Amino acid sequence: MAAGKEIRSKIKSVENTRKITRAMEMVAAAKMRKAQERMRHARPYAEKIGRVAAHFSQAHPEYRHPFVVSRETVKRVGIIVVTTDKGLCGGLNTNALRLSLNKLKDWGEQKIEVDVCAIGNKGLGFMQRLGSNIASQVIGIGDTPHMERLIGPVQVMLDAYKEARIDALYLVYSRFISTMKQEPIIKQLLPLSAIEASERNEQHWDYIYEPDARSVVDGLMVRYIEALTYQAVAENIACEQSARMVAMKAASDNAKSVIDELKLVYNKTRQAAITQEISEIVAGAAAV
Amino acid sequence: MAMTIHVDIVSAEASIYSGLAEFVVVPAEMGEVGIYPRHTPLLTRIKAGSVRIKSPDKAEEDLIYVSGGILEVQPGMITILSDTAIRGQDIDEARATEAKANAEEAMRNRTSAMDYAQAEAELAEAVAQLAAIQKLRKNKH
Repeated sequence: MAAGKEIRSKIKSVENTRKITRAMEMVAAAKMRKAQERMRHARPYAEKIGRVAAHFSQAHPEYRHPFVVSRETVKRVGIIVVTTDKGLCGGLNTNALRLSLNKLKDWGEQKIEVDVCAIGNKGLGFMQRLGSNIASQVIGIGDTPHMERLIGPVQVMLDAYKEARIDALYLVYSRFISTMKQEPIIKQLLPLSAIEASERNEQHWDYIYEPDARSVVDGLMVRYIEALTYQAVAENIACEQSARMVAMKAASDNAKSVIDELKLVYNKTRQAAITQEISEIVAGAAAV
Repeated sequence: MAMTIHVDIVSAEASIYSGLAEFVVVPAEMGEVGIYPRHTPLLTRIKAGSVRIKSPDKAEEDLIYVSGGILEVQPGMITILSDTAIRGQDIDEARATEAKANAEEAMRNRTSAMDYAQAEAELAEAVAQLAAIQKLRKNKH
């Protein structure tokens, strides 16, 4: 019964695959809860620093920070691409990378050069193969994002902006909508146009700056951009775990239906073999 | 009842404190500052140290450690943006250099450049595969 043995070993291997996907699903589900919580914890900081930045723009400071001044000609832009480190999470990275690729193509047509800051292995690999100019990168963020890891790569982009090597900075990441739904999104970080727009205000007041406006505002702006990036990374991790959980659940379900089908085939062949054996015996007995 | 001011202490990784206070002491860079309600707007960096908060319903002051950051004071509100990482010009620079070095390393290791069309085709393929799988699943059930 060669066919039966073959099918049996196939069932076994699909079952083993299913065990793995089931385990990954459960691991992702457990991590997802924590990742979502972390994402929520990151929100107040981003909100508060956004509020401070908005207050600041309403004030009438003697010092205008370069981050809020938009430039007339854009020759070179920077883009921070946030992706996951690992795969097996459905179309999450693919969608985010497609969005950035479209943007890169647009810029390519307008003869705008691009510097890439890659956060996450998948985006880095993709940008490498694309032959983009990678200005900075960080991989291996893990399940818990740490500000410490992000400061460096973001600083590279901010320095480039300050030295006018790039004229705008964008951020691409996956936005968390729900466990089932994630959406790639592109956001302009620099110049801070949103803040400038809210500038018209009747009140005339200003902060007391200690020690001086320049250094305090500098610190504030850098932290603001970092906070936005951190939030993006935290959100991306929540997306990753949810997407992985959904993808692995689908894989487990698929494996189950494959196993069911294979079992049916196996039982049919076994039954056929038995029937044949019996009919042979009967035929033999009748002949005697 | 004494006047109070709203205090928020947040860090990028967690919300640390939120509540009303009668009096707050913050370790600002130029020296400790004590803030009462209706303080004039103030924006300053703070150094590592503890923030003391006197809340109206407690006899003792709350002590909260912050590792530096930014303090914003509005007449009715104090916001302390606490850093989670140790900051400093040199340290930040070293981090930037490291990120840059990594990127250069990655640039050296890359094989051959791909054009946009090829990349797009690859991505489209991945998306199509996913869509096909989903369709297959739907048809089965």
